Amino acid sequence: MVKKSYILVCGGSACEASKADAIYESFKKVLEDEGLKNDVQVVKTGCFGFCEKGPIVKILPEEEFYVEVKPEDADEIVHETIIKGRPVQRLLYKDKDLKVDPKADKFDMSKIGFYQKQFRIVLRNCGFIDPENIDEYIARDGYQALEKAITQLGPDGIINEVKTSGLRGRGGAGFPTWIKWNTTKGVSAPQKYVVCNADEGDPGAYMDRSTLEGDPHSVLEAMTIAGYCVGASKGIIYIRAEYPLAIKRLEVAMAQSREYGLLGDDILGTGFNFDIEIRLGAGAFVCGEETALLRSIEGNRGMPTPKPPFPAVEGLWHCPTVINNVETYANIPVIVLKGGEWFKSIGTEKSPGTKVFALTGKINNSGLVEVPMGTTLREIIYDIGGGIRNGKAFKAVQTGGPSGGVITTENLDTGIDFDALARIGSMMGSGGMIVMSEEDCIVDVVKFYMTFCVDESCGKCSPCRIGTRKLLDYLTKISNGNGTMEDLDKMTEIGMAMKKAALCGLGQTAANPVLSTMRYFKDEYIQHVQDKKCVAGKCINLIRYEIDPSKCIGCTLCSKRCPAGAITGEKKMAHKIDQAKCVKCGECYKGCKFGAISKI
Amino acid sequence: MSVGTAEEIKFSDELMAFIEEWKNKPGNLIMILHRVQGEFGYIPRAAAMKVSEMIGIPLAKIYGVITFYHFFKTKKPGKYIIQVCLGTACYLRGGQDIMNELETILGTSVGHVTDDGLFSIEAVRCIGCCGLAPVMMIGNEVFGKLTPEKVPEIIADFRNRA
Repeated sequence: MVKKSYILVCGGSACEASKADAIYESFKKVLEDEGLKNDVQVVKTGCFGFCEKGPIVKILPEEEFYVEVKPEDADEIVHETIIKGRPVQRLLYKDKDLKVDPKADKFDMSKIGFYQKQFRIVLRNCGFIDPENIDEYIARDGYQALEKAITQLGPDGIINEVKTSGLRGRGGAGFPTWIKWNTTKGVSAPQKYVVCNADEGDPGAYMDRSTLEGDPHSVLEAMTIAGYCVGASKGIIYIRAEYPLAIKRLEVAMAQSREYGLLGDDILGTGFNFDIEIRLGAGAFVCGEETALLRSIEGNRGMPTPKPPFPAVEGLWHCPTVINNVETYANIPVIVLKGGEWFKSIGTEKSPGTKVFALTGKINNSGLVEVPMGTTLREIIYDIGGGIRNGKAFKAVQTGGPSGGVITTENLDTGIDFDALARIGSMMGSGGMIVMSEEDCIVDVVKFYMTFCVDESCGKCSPCRIGTRKLLDYLTKISNGNGTMEDLDKMTEIGMAMKKAALCGLGQTAANPVLSTMRYFKDEYIQHVQDKKCVAGKCINLIRYEIDPSKCIGCTLCSKRCPAGAITGEKKMAHKIDQAKCVKCGECYKGCKFGAISKI
Repeated sequence: MSVGTAEEIKFSDELMAFIEEWKNKPGNLIMILHRVQGEFGYIPRAAAMKVSEMIGIPLAKIYGVITFYHFFKTKKPGKYIIQVCLGTACYLRGGQDIMNELETILGTSVGHVTDDGLFSIEAVRCIGCCGLAPVMMIGNEVFGKLTPEKVPEIIADFRNRA
């Protein structure tokens, strides 16, 4: 007997890239052929978070959790799992540490190390519901918070709950959300705005994208609550044009909400009017800064303006404006519904709640993780992330993207929240968490971040415009082997000046990667400067390839592979590299079958 | 390619309707430029001039905006736009090697178009598929977990499609 089953196919961006669409269609076709299309529902959900092993397929009620599924696997999954009730062993996720009872009839997803320590508030619906179907959101308590906010709490009640919850802005700076709302609420103005910052520009972070793709209604509901609370009738979502799927799902969600009377005029029959429109970003990192973002919505170059006036008082088109990030909003419906006290019980005292991180880099399980504040980096990297790739040693983790800093082994057991990260010289940022291993060179990575900042500096204030350029010059000099000890001091000096004098958040934090690595990896800088050595082998001007004549048998392979003609030698005789001609491409090193070439 | 004038360039009916609809909305410029680029693949000078006439924003200001944002292009891209992700996660997992390989086999460099007009290479910052790093996109197709060895085959496939 076939019971009602559900096949959940991940429709997040990363899985879509791995042909999730084709998998979805393939399931539809197999079910159609088997005459099961009325008994089994195929749902394309938002991101499961476990992007490393995508595309993910989950079967309910069996709870089978399949990884790296291909379109051609649909047939086997339907025949085995749906019809016969047996798992397809080869597609099950194999966690080497996973202790599951092989005889258990259910496979518990929460037992996978990746999910075990996670606690989902923001991503509560991602991977569970069809983001393009409002009924599924409503079935999981969606829009109940809006109703409670309007009919029971009232504007002051909402502020109270948000204040009690202790929610701090998840865009990076951690400013208490209730203060922003309360300020805007207190200003009397004919027009106010509620803006959502979805201009996720930190390279290597995609929390907001996944939230919008997997659960767009949660953000719409929260913005409507904010609008009601502060007395605004217009909302604007400023989103990167590079996120087409998120934009599409938001548009679908907005149309459905309007149809249900949850957006637009006379919401829930209460006479409250609020509508939301989408404005596209155009690829400028500085637009994540709130004043720059508002200038961009106004159709101008996205350059920041000095604060005060704060947007809460004088923002978009000089009107009072509440501006929060996607993740901050996604917390709101839960806080309103379950109460501020409940929210406050999660996380740490000064930073309640959870934080979503995009765990990437040299990590085994890269993906999206949501953990209570106060979770240690060790838990995130080893228990959830499964440790470092290819068995290499952990070196550092960068949080806060180009504005953040590195955290080393000595702080792995620090419970992370806004204040703890600031204390150890990094910052929360939007939630990028990039893991580096012994194979990565600190100078090279910092140079990468600084190139980014030089590109993205808007040029309005000189500490940032000139400071980032000077820092990049020094870093380039050091990685080329021409740095001096004096340069290191100058870098610190410039960095400190930028921190104090730059106009906006971008400039004030752009030197953070330099300052924090100077604090924890000064030895590595000194190695580059004094010993002219790059241990990780990334700074190509500092590496050298040499042939060990005792191991070289003269097979000539290296000289054939060398694009620069730098290797010479007779057949069956030891070869030699002409260092002046060598372009350090490493082809000889990769090609040698006798281990005769070493990288120094 | 001729430069053209505002009078010579033709906008589709949809684009004209969009501009009409947005004409009087505050902060419309960026939204309109997105549509123009959607139609032409870039923003030709003549199109910028036409937009300027239609919505009454000076050409200088329009160029100020176009050149500020990375997303807007002022030069015609190749038929296939190759976007190599150089976000942090991809960089650490070898995104630059992918870029180098592409530049070698296509004989052009980032920001440029191949002589046959088929490919242009762009460096982008994070397309949100960090789990698949290193990643590149050609048109709307994403290629993940790349190695330099896989690149020639992918390019050959696109050459055959052309």
